[in-house]
Amino acid sequence: MEVQKTALYNYHKDLGAKFVPFAGYEMPIQYKDGIVKEHISTRTYAGFFDVSHMGQFFLEGDETLIQSLEKIIPADLKNLKINHSKYSFLLNNEGGIIDDLIITRTKKGFCIILNAACKENDIKQISQFLKKHHKHLLNNDLSLIALQGPKSVEILEKLIPGVANLKFMTGNIFKYEGENLYVTRSGYTGEDGFEISISNTKVEKLIDYLISNEVKPIGLGARDTLRLEAGLCLYGHDLNEKINPVEANLKWAIAKKRKEVGGFNGWEKIKNLLANGSEKIRVGIKPDGKVIARENTKIFSSDNNEIGFVTSGTFGPSVNAPVAMGYVKSEFSEVGTSIQLEVRGKKYGGKISELPFYKKSYVK
Amino acid sequence: MSEKKFSKKHEWVSLDGDVATVGITKHATEMLGDVVFVEVPDAGKAVEKEGQAAVVESTKAASDVYSPISGKITEGNKAIADDPGSVNTDPEGASWFFKLKIKDKGEYDSLMSKDEYDKFCKENPS
Repeated sequence: MEVQKTALYNYHKDLGAKFVPFAGYEMPIQYKDGIVKEHISTRTYAGFFDVSHMGQFFLEGDETLIQSLEKIIPADLKNLKINHSKYSFLLNNEGGIIDDLIITRTKKGFCIILNAACKENDIKQISQFLKKHHKHLLNNDLSLIALQGPKSVEILEKLIPGVANLKFMTGNIFKYEGENLYVTRSGYTGEDGFEISISNTKVEKLIDYLISNEVKPIGLGARDTLRLEAGLCLYGHDLNEKINPVEANLKWAIAKKRKEVGGFNGWEKIKNLLANGSEKIRVGIKPDGKVIARENTKIFSSDNNEIGFVTSGTFGPSVNAPVAMGYVKSEFSEVGTSIQLEVRGKKYGGKISELPFYKKSYVK
Repeated sequence: MSEKKFSKKHEWVSLDGDVATVGITKHATEMLGDVVFVEVPDAGKAVEKEGQAAVVESTKAASDVYSPISGKITEGNKAIADDPGSVNTDPEGASWFFKLKIKDKGEYDSLMSKDEYDKFCKENPS
C-alpha cells in the first residue's frame, strides 16, 4: 500500500519535522525542539498535534442505528446527549478490544474517532451490524487537529468565540472562515484542550494562527510521553483483540446500564469477569531508579516469579522519572507492590503505581 | 591528550598514554534526541573492539554504545548516569562514557580523523 500523507505534510516539513511511518502514514515523530521540550511546552503553554491520520467516521440513521451500534459498543448510546462524547471500544465476541474510540452524538447520528491503524477493519466490523438505510462515511476531506495545554482555551477562544463554554467531553459546531467546523473539548495528553475537525483546505490557515500565538508543533514522540504520563492506553500496545476491558482496567468505560443488561459482543464473558475479577490486569509501573522498562520487559515478583510484562514504557519528562504500564497477575496489582523488571538481562526494582502518573484537572 | 579519533558507530576516542577516553559524538546525540538514561561499565570489565560497552537511551529508543578499541575499563562516568541529559549538552567533553587501558595502539590509529568522520556522516545520513 502506498504511504499516505496528511494535508499538512508539507507544512510539517517546513517546520523541520522528522517523519516516521506510522499506521500507513508518514507522520512527524518530532520537530526541531525534540521530544522533551515539546512535551514540556504542551504541559506549560500549548501544543498542536496533527492527528488527521485518525479515522473520522460519521454515521446517520434513525433509532435503529443506536441498536446496531450498541451491539459492538458497550456505551449507553441511547442516553448519550447530542454533542456529548464517550470513550468506548469496539468489542469482539470474546469481549476483546478491536479498537478504542471516542464516540460523539451528533444531530443526525454519531461521529466516531478511530485509530489510524485500525480504521479500515473497524468500519468492516461496525458495518456487520448496520442496516441498509444507515448511512456511513469515513471522511478523508477533514483534518483533525488536537490543541492541548493550559493556554489552549485562551488562544482558541480568540479565534473561535464560544469554545471556552465547552465542558470536557462535549463538542459543538462553530463557524470559521465561512465554514462549519466541529470542536470537542478532549484530548490525549492529560491537559485541557480541544480537538478540531476542519476541512483539509482550511487547516493550514488554522495552524498559521496557532503558530502566530506561539503554539508549538508536537510530534508522535511527545504525544506518546504525554499520554503515558496521563495513564492513557495506546491501541496495539496496551490494548489489543486478546485483551478485554476488565483486564485493561477500563471497566469504568462500560456504561452501568449496559453492564447489567448487556446485549453487546462478549457480554457473557465480561459479566463473569466483572463479578469474579480477571487473572491479569493493567497497572502503572514506576521503576525505582532511572532505568527505562520498555514494551515487552518481563515483570517478576520480589521472589523471582514471572508475573507479567510491560506494554508501554518511557521516560516521563514531567514526572522526571521513567514510567510504564503493563499487565500483571491480579494478586500483584495493588499500588505499592514491589516488583522486578528485567532489562537487558538484569533485574531492576520497581513498584506498582497509581495511574495517572501526572494529574491535571479537566474543565467540568 | 591526543587528537580525537572517530568510529563508524559514532563514538569518539582520545588517548592519554595508554588510557583511552570514549564517548559518543555530537552527531550521535543529534540522531538520538533527548538522552534520558545511561549505563556505563564498571572498572575492571574487559571490552573488545566493537563490543558492547555501555547503553544510552533517548525518549525514543535504547541503543548500545560500543567500544571502538579493546582494553580493560578503568572508570565509567557516573556523572552522566546521574544526569543523562548532560550527554546532549557536552557529548564530546565532560560527558564522556568510559575510560579504558588499551592493549593495541594500532586500533586507535586505524580509526577516522575528524575530517574523515565528518565526511562519513555526510555520506551516510541516517
